Amino acid sequence: MLRLANIHAGYGPIKALKGIDIEINRGEIVSLIGSNGAGKSTCLMTISGILKSVSGSIMLGDTDIAGLPPHRIVQRGISQVPEGRRIFPKLTILENLQMGAFLGRGDFTTSLERIYKLFPILHERKKQSGGTLSGGEQQMLAIGRALMSNPDILLLDEPSLGLAPIMVSKIFKTIQEISSEGITILLVEQNARAALKLSHRGYVLENGCITLSGSSSDLLDNKKVQQAYLGE
Amino acid sequence: MFFQQIINGLTLGSVYALIALGYTMVYGILELINFAHGEIYMLGAYLGIIILGFFTALGLTAYNMPIALVLTFILTVFFCASYGFTMEKLAYKPLRQAPKLSPLISAIGVSIFLQNYVMITQGATDKVFPSVAGNEGFTFADIHITYIQVAIITVSGLIMLLLHAFISRTRTGKAMRAVAQDKNMAALVGINTDNIISITFIIGSGLAAVAGMMVSVYYGLVNYSIGYSAGIKAFTAAVLGGIGNIPGAMFGGILLGLIESLGAAYISSEYKDAYAFVILILILLVKPTGLFGKESEEKI
Repeated sequence: MLRLANIHAGYGPIKALKGIDIEINRGEIVSLIGSNGAGKSTCLMTISGILKSVSGSIMLGDTDIAGLPPHRIVQRGISQVPEGRRIFPKLTILENLQMGAFLGRGDFTTSLERIYKLFPILHERKKQSGGTLSGGEQQMLAIGRALMSNPDILLLDEPSLGLAPIMVSKIFKTIQEISSEGITILLVEQNARAALKLSHRGYVLENGCITLSGSSSDLLDNKKVQQAYLGE
Repeated sequence: MFFQQIINGLTLGSVYALIALGYTMVYGILELINFAHGEIYMLGAYLGIIILGFFTALGLTAYNMPIALVLTFILTVFFCASYGFTMEKLAYKPLRQAPKLSPLISAIGVSIFLQNYVMITQGATDKVFPSVAGNEGFTFADIHITYIQVAIITVSGLIMLLLHAFISRTRTGKAMRAVAQDKNMAALVGINTDNIISITFIIGSGLAAVAGMMVSVYYGLVNYSIGYSAGIKAFTAAVLGGIGNIPGAMFGGILLGLIESLGAAYISSEYKDAYAFVILILILLVKPTGLFGKESEEKI
């Protein structure tokens, strides 16, 4: 459903992605693992259109979405939860969710009820400003905001970063739930073990190149992956 | 005397507040001090004269003055908003990815260009705004309040209330706040940030146009260079309230107007224009974030 082919992207003279190929099928959870600075976030920002790829194509179904502005990409059903959550701190929780539904994909009330069911705490605190939430609550809000546009594909960047262990398992459980609703997920994680356990397939990104890919169970058994990312 | 100065200060302050809003809104979204903003105010003053003159030639002012004034108002706002929109597209948008100093220099360039453009087309001498209501008004407990003052304070107050409602309630207003807080994140939720930036310039320029027109009615004289000093004073008002903070700009404008009026009455009217600069220097020394501003976090 989403296919990156030979994507090159970077920041000025710095080449962060050096020709990567990633394919994601409908309904899958695919994880993208790699160390700091490998280009994982760059990859997601390029898919979302914040960063323009220098060359290569990003096929969503039959259309190349590379080079489209970010709002057009959200319009086509790809939504992102960026690293660091990036809640609008001075907007209330409800307003943050309203912004998630800015393009009006799907019915607002239905989406809102779905998010409140997924994260009841957001309903309790809907009048509170986003900046007053704890890290875990902000992560829930960030996921909720991304889901408000009723995406077909959800890009998640380090959803477990900086969270307490109990919150980490809650977030991973939520990702599973979202996936079971039929949303395709591309998951970027430092916590490679948890990510691979959750996902169907995985890609390993090193210095802007995909060095390994395969089913998650194969990657979990792979010696190199174990040494480099699973700490064994 | 004191209350008379308060009324004068409020009049002046509402005008500063309207201009300061444009500075603060643009800064909030682009982190750009739009030095050409004062010129939009000056264009508003000139366009007011030109359009009202046109209606006078048509005989509309003689037929019905209020209608002529309202139409002049609407057209002036429309033209100034177009200037603001065009200015952003031509002088700032191409520099969106450039270092922060580049759009700032571009803004100074736009300012110089617009001043000279008006000087060449309209002449370097003062232009007289046709007297609309003169010094007419009413006297209440020794305070003389002109109808024009009442109009300026009321119109400014109404516009500020409307703006506040727009920004806090509407979908576009919330999107403006979202863009101001995190531009890339706003794009990631599907907000067309370029549109929001254009809307910000349109609104800011419209407010400056209203201010320019009201001042030319109030003082009756305009000059191609009035945008410079009004711009600096409104900028001071915006900094006083905390740049990027909308209620802060409203408050800062009114406060600056009051300080100027009272300072002129009780200290010296010779230094009328200096008070704004003294305040600007004091704020920058003592509380650079302004009265309502918060310490901004340096984004990596």
